[in-house]
Amino acid sequence: MSSHGTSLRTYILTRIALAVPTVLILLTIVFLLMRVAPGDPITSALGARLPAEELEQRREAAGYDKPIPQQYVEYLGNVVTLDMGESLTDNRTVTSIIVDNGSATLELTIAAFIVAVVVGVGLGLLAGRFRDTPIDVGSRLFGIIIYAFPVFFLGFLAQLLFGSVLGWLPTSGRASPLVEFELNQITHFYLIDTLISGNWSQFWDVFTHLILPAATLGLVISGVLIRLVRVNLLQTMRGDYVEAARARGVGERRIVIHHAFRNALVPVVTIAGLQFAILLGGAVLTEQTFNWPGIGSELIRYLDQRDYIAVQGIITIFAVFVVLISVLIDIVTAFIDPRVRYS
Amino acid sequence: MRLPHVLQPVAQTRGVPRWILISGVVIVAFFLILAIFAPLIAPYGFDQVEADGMRFAKQASPDSQHLFGTTVQSTDVLSRVVWGSRTAIEVVVLAVVFSLAIGVPLGLFSGYVGGRIDRFLVLIMDALFAFPYLLLAIVIAFLLSDTFGQGVVTAAVAITVVYVPQYFRVIRNHVISVREEPYVEAARALGAPRRTIIGRYIFYNVIQNVPSLATLNAADAILTLAALGFLGYGIQPTDAAEWGYDLQRAIDDAGAGIWWTGLFPGLAIVLLVTGFTLLGEGLNDVINPLIRYQRIPKPDIPAAARPLEVGGPAAAGAARAATETRAHDPPGEVNRE
Repeated sequence: MSSHGTSLRTYILTRIALAVPTVLILLTIVFLLMRVAPGDPITSALGARLPAEELEQRREAAGYDKPIPQQYVEYLGNVVTLDMGESLTDNRTVTSIIVDNGSATLELTIAAFIVAVVVGVGLGLLAGRFRDTPIDVGSRLFGIIIYAFPVFFLGFLAQLLFGSVLGWLPTSGRASPLVEFELNQITHFYLIDTLISGNWSQFWDVFTHLILPAATLGLVISGVLIRLVRVNLLQTMRGDYVEAARARGVGERRIVIHHAFRNALVPVVTIAGLQFAILLGGAVLTEQTFNWPGIGSELIRYLDQRDYIAVQGIITIFAVFVVLISVLIDIVTAFIDPRVRYS
Repeated sequence: MRLPHVLQPVAQTRGVPRWILISGVVIVAFFLILAIFAPLIAPYGFDQVEADGMRFAKQASPDSQHLFGTTVQSTDVLSRVVWGSRTAIEVVVLAVVFSLAIGVPLGLFSGYVGGRIDRFLVLIMDALFAFPYLLLAIVIAFLLSDTFGQGVVTAAVAITVVYVPQYFRVIRNHVISVREEPYVEAARALGAPRRTIIGRYIFYNVIQNVPSLATLNAADAILTLAALGFLGYGIQPTDAAEWGYDLQRAIDDAGAGIWWTGLFPGLAIVLLVTGFTLLGEGLNDVINPLIRYQRIPKPDIPAAARPLEVGGPAAAGAARAATETRAHDPPGEVNRE
């Protein structure tokens, strides 16, 4: 099977090579956007607070007096060495913003992704399996309507119902203040950190804080998956091999699970991967809705303060991350579906 | 009486697709009326806090004077919802017009000319497309707001940047598939100038996906505008009422059990987005005869016409149209270029 291995390896290498120009273009766009902004970053962020000479010093120190092409090259260099400077307003390194707040965002998006996949694939399969029944109509109606919900409106309703009326779940933050204070932050993923320390009451506190934000974001995204899984299942169910299986007397449930499901899932992996990029955008809104201290709410905060260095750093990371995910998804798809590699 | 030629396909729709189209038209028309006649329909101004010398109560629950209650700033929720539909329609119309005006010609040109320019444009558009669309809109709105202020045009431009890559991709891919068709080759052989070939033979062939794509994008644009408003990068609150901004203010009310400040603007968003989505699906059926005739023997709910919804709001339209332009490809394939 050596030819098999070679082909997959070639595919992966080609895919990674193709991602380089995409990253480069995204970085260039980010750089240009941040330079289009009127005035220089130092004055925008600190102009009101510091005297003119000191502003000039800071400008020189940050390299904003250099010609644009030189700044561009230095920016690319900084991205490669993962050293994207310090925020102007509160002197945090971009790296530490990403580690501290990025973990919160990642925890939220992964949890939301799980919700989206469970609900989306589940309802999609049900709808496809029981086509034209009330189950089908109901699932699809749910998909269409949930798609029209802004995540912050769903969040508002969830806070109203579960926070205010029923009082079951917390509606703000990642943990109660005391838990947050006592928490031993090892991985910066609170669920994992509390598990490591084996403190179940802390784990429960963190978990309940995660439920509403993750469910809200996940449900909004699931609408797209329902429709996609359903259509793909219906299409694969029309395939010759499904017909053949039926003719051999294989039960309908076995056909769905063993024959149709796997093939229907290949495009779903691709789409689910794209959804992940969208999830990051949705995370910004979810974080604002639930006071989640993620990288999205930091981005908004730094934007409000005109802190261009922090904004540039955060946007850069988002851009690189999105491309990485898409490469990863393509590789996974190629791994599952040999047709992708050979085409 | 015979229907005008353009409306013939509408008359041919049956069953669920027809129902979808009609309900889409009704909902969108309802909001258009609200938007146009807002001064007549809304009981108060969008930022009015008193009438007849009496200041409105703060966060008053719905009653006969304020059917939808009042906000924390003492404005009338019903009036803000009505005026908000005017803002939403204005921004969406502008954004769709801008994106069409840029995306369609660029796609036509790039697809027809091909070569290095095409590859370059595709790279840039794909990179923009890969970027989380909301972040892009936020950054653009932020940069523009410093120079141009936070108005309807700023919001529309921020949304435009998100949708141009979609129109570009759809049109360009379609042009590429049409470019080598015999009738185009014939025109070329007859010595027709490039402008005629693009403008007459190719344009009318690739443009058919656009109405439904534009309508579906309008649905997304409503969501994007609301998201910008929610984050504080939408319309200046003193200039106009905007549903996303209202929801931002309402989040704090949720904890206090005040439901009316958020519920009504939120429902307005959901309803209008659903209306545009249904209208887009309906148009898709009407314009694309292949789907329409397939439907006649075996009626199907419209979603089947959107077999591959990719990437949520921003990406959905493009992916859908991209698959439709490749009707000859095996079904279920996801083409990502």
